[in-house]
Formats: sequence, structure tokens, C-alpha cells
Amino acid sequence: MAFKVVVNFDLCESNAICMDVAPELFEVRDDDFLYVLQDTPADDLREKAEAAADRCPKQAITLEDLASQQ
Amino acid sequence: MTSSVVIVGASLAASRCAAALRRGGHDGAITVINAEAHLPYDRPPLSKQFLSGEWDADRLPLLKPEQLTEFEIDWRMQTTATALDVDTRTVTLDDGSTVQGDHVVIATGAAPRRLPGTEGIAGVHLLRTLDDSTGLREELAARPNASVVVVGAGFIGAEVAATAATAGHRVTIVEAAAVPMERGLGAEMGAFCGSLHADHGVDLRLSTGVTGVRAGADGRIAAVELSDGTELVADVLVVGIGVVPSTAWLDGSGLTLDDGVVCNAHCEAAPGIHAAGDVARWPNERFGEVMRVEHWDNAVEQGIHVAKRILGEATEPFAPIPWFWSDQYEHKIQLAGRPKAGDLVEIVTGSMEERRFAAIYGDGERLTGVFGLNRPRHVMQYRRKLAEGVSWADALHFAEEARSGS
Repeated sequence: MAFKVVVNFDLCESNAICMDVAPELFEVRDDDFLYVLQDTPADDLREKAEAAADRCPKQAITLEDLASQQ
Repeated sequence: MTSSVVIVGASLAASRCAAALRRGGHDGAITVINAEAHLPYDRPPLSKQFLSGEWDADRLPLLKPEQLTEFEIDWRMQTTATALDVDTRTVTLDDGSTVQGDHVVIATGAAPRRLPGTEGIAGVHLLRTLDDSTGLREELAARPNASVVVVGAGFIGAEVAATAATAGHRVTIVEAAAVPMERGLGAEMGAFCGSLHADHGVDLRLSTGVTGVRAGADGRIAAVELSDGTELVADVLVVGIGVVPSTAWLDGSGLTLDDGVVCNAHCEAAPGIHAAGDVARWPNERFGEVMRVEHWDNAVEQGIHVAKRILGEATEPFAPIPWFWSDQYEHKIQLAGRPKAGDLVEIVTGSMEERRFAAIYGDGERLTGVFGLNRPRHVMQYRRKLAEGVSWADALHFAEEARSGS
């Protein structure tokens, strides 16, 4: 099922764990801000995206299923 | 897969384990034995945003409402396990009932050490649970400009001190060791972290023990007596002197207990019985060291690893690179790796003076760790180098190239 990566930037503190777990999806740049590199990634990245969400110390990452898209 | 899983304990490792089981297709029963009246919640904010009043408890749950519905977990609330029969994987509960599983996951965590002589004195706080934090939060809010004494300059003590000082309280930290957090951070970075308190007007007394406490006529804490003979006025006393793994319920079970539940490299304590989180001690083959790790990230990783073992997916030993963060004042402190006392320390970017830098540790042969103050990106860069097992020389070379390249 297609999914979307959503980062709550009010919570994100650029701990960069997500970048370590899923460098295809997340990058903390020199400005110390997090950039989402693909917000609707291919499904084979779901497990990595889930791991990034699980391990985010600020619980700032959620995945939304895009099955029932309006 | 329709086997049944009993998870004893209901915190971070348990939540991530249950979630990973369901995501991995486990459709058998999952029972979670929860000593508390709250569903699993996140602990780091308890010494920071929740304690300060910035966040309320509705920000803390680890499982979202839709996950709670989807996962169909049998929660045994306000229930503690009192015994485990290892051969049949049967857990006895404090209401006298039993619950048996094809798999048992021990995730009972750890409990804070008490300061002797403080029993029954009002105004003395430990900090581990949501109820602990709620009690301290209410007391701090009710006593503006209070004299707060924190015993222990570890992460809990330092974070509580930072939160209380930021809220305008007068804070003193009393630490028995000459250097705070030396075991985890080494002497140089431990001393540096200690120096951050002075920036914010917090009085850090090192090499100082607590010899006694004095309560007032109202039964509340009034003063703390120190080993140097001085006495500190205390309206509130917070004790943060470490934790003890919660294994008393396993005494006599036949499992090996030694500062935690002793497991093999796969986090297995006995056939069908795993442990995860603060309570687990296992040989981390990456470091050739038997370790018990009290970090948030370890609870997540270990909980997920155990789920994958139960699902039959994880065949590799559990060999993570420990990582933690601590938010104090406006600073983000992070450490990855397992530096040892006496390791070399080299600042690779920024400086202590500007309060923004990263430093790497090495034993002369290998890179052993990275410390960051407000440098998360660099910590992760070197964490990856740690995963690659790079030599100290290569790590220094990488740092040199990064410096000249940017």
C-alpha cells in the first residue's frame, strides 16, 4: 500500500536518527534542519520508514496510508 | 503465526515489541502485564516538557488510539508479575492468576534507587513514572522560586536541574563523584557537561556526598546535610542516583540474574524467554562486552529485535551501537558508541566555547565513540563510522578531510 511520510516539524529536533536508519528518506543538513527527501516513497522503503518512525526520539514521524485517497 | 506472547512490563520496549509483532504478521494473543494505571507512555519528557508544564499527559502515549484498536492487546492493568515458571513459560500475577505464553518477553525495566533516610519525608521525589513526574511538577508549580536540591548529576538529575532552573527555581546539584557522568562520557566530556550548569546559575557541588536529611516540624524536607559539613536549605529534594533492574519477581525462577536478566547474544534468557530494555544484560558482540543499556533507543531496538526473533526473522545477534541524547537547558547532548575511561578525545568540529561541537573517542586503534553538543548531524556521521568499525587513524583522517572540504 502506498504511504506518505509526515514529519511534525513542531516536534522534530533534528536528532538525525532517521537519517541513520533511512538515509534514502531523511537528511539533516548543515543548517541542522531535517529535510524529507521523498514524502511518498516506494513501498519497499516502508520497513525503513517504520523503523525511523519507531526510533525517532521525539515521535515526530508518522506514516499515512494513501489507499483511501480523496 | 498464532503463538501467544506474554510481555511483562508496559513501557517503551514492550510497546515497540508488540507493534513490531503485529506489523510482522503475528496474529496470536499478545498479553501485556502493566504495573501502572496508564497505558505505555514516553518517559523522556517527564524530566523536561511534561515536568515544566509545557506539555500535558495527552502528549505522552507511545501507542496511538488507532494502534491500540488495531493491535488487540490484552492489557492487564495495575497488575504485577510475581513469578515465572521457566519450563512452562507461565507468569504468576499479583492477583493470584497465571498467564501462559509460547513466548515470554521480560521488559520490567528498572526502578530508581532511594536515598537512605528519606523514607516518609514529604517533598522528596524520585523520577521514573508519570505519577512521579506529576507529583514533582505540582510541587514545583506550587512553590515559585523554591530551593531545589538534586542529588546526582546524571542525566535525570541534570535534566531536572535544567528544567527547574529554567522555571526560576534556585537549584543545587550534589554529586558524589569528582566528574559527572564520567562512566558514560569520559572525564573530559563529563566535566564539560557539568560546566553547563554554571552557565545557568545552577550550583554543582562535586565530590560531595549527602550525609543526612532534615525534615521540618511539618514533616516536609527542610535541609540536606553534606559530607563537607555544610547544610543546604531544601524546599524540594529530587533524588537521581541511578536505577536497579526490576528482577526481584524472577528470584528463584532459575534464570541467571546479575544486575539484570542475563541473556545470550540474541537477548534470550531461556528457550522462549527473551528480555528487552533496561532489564536485559546481554553480550554485545560488536563491542565484545556484556552490557545492560538504559537508553531510550536501546529499548526501542531491543524490543523490535525480540519481536523479530519471535517472528523467526532475526538470525543475527543483537549488536547495536548504543546511542542516547539528553536535552539540558538549550543544549542537545548526544553520545554514540561505548567510549572507555582513558580513551583519547579529539574535537572534530566547533568548540566548547561556542557551546557547539562534536568530539570523537578512540582507544588508539579504533574509533570508540562520538559526543556531540548541538551537533546531531555529526554524531550520526560518526555513528555510521562506528558501524563500519573504522580505525582511529581513519576517523581522524575523515575529520581532517571534512574540515578542509567544507
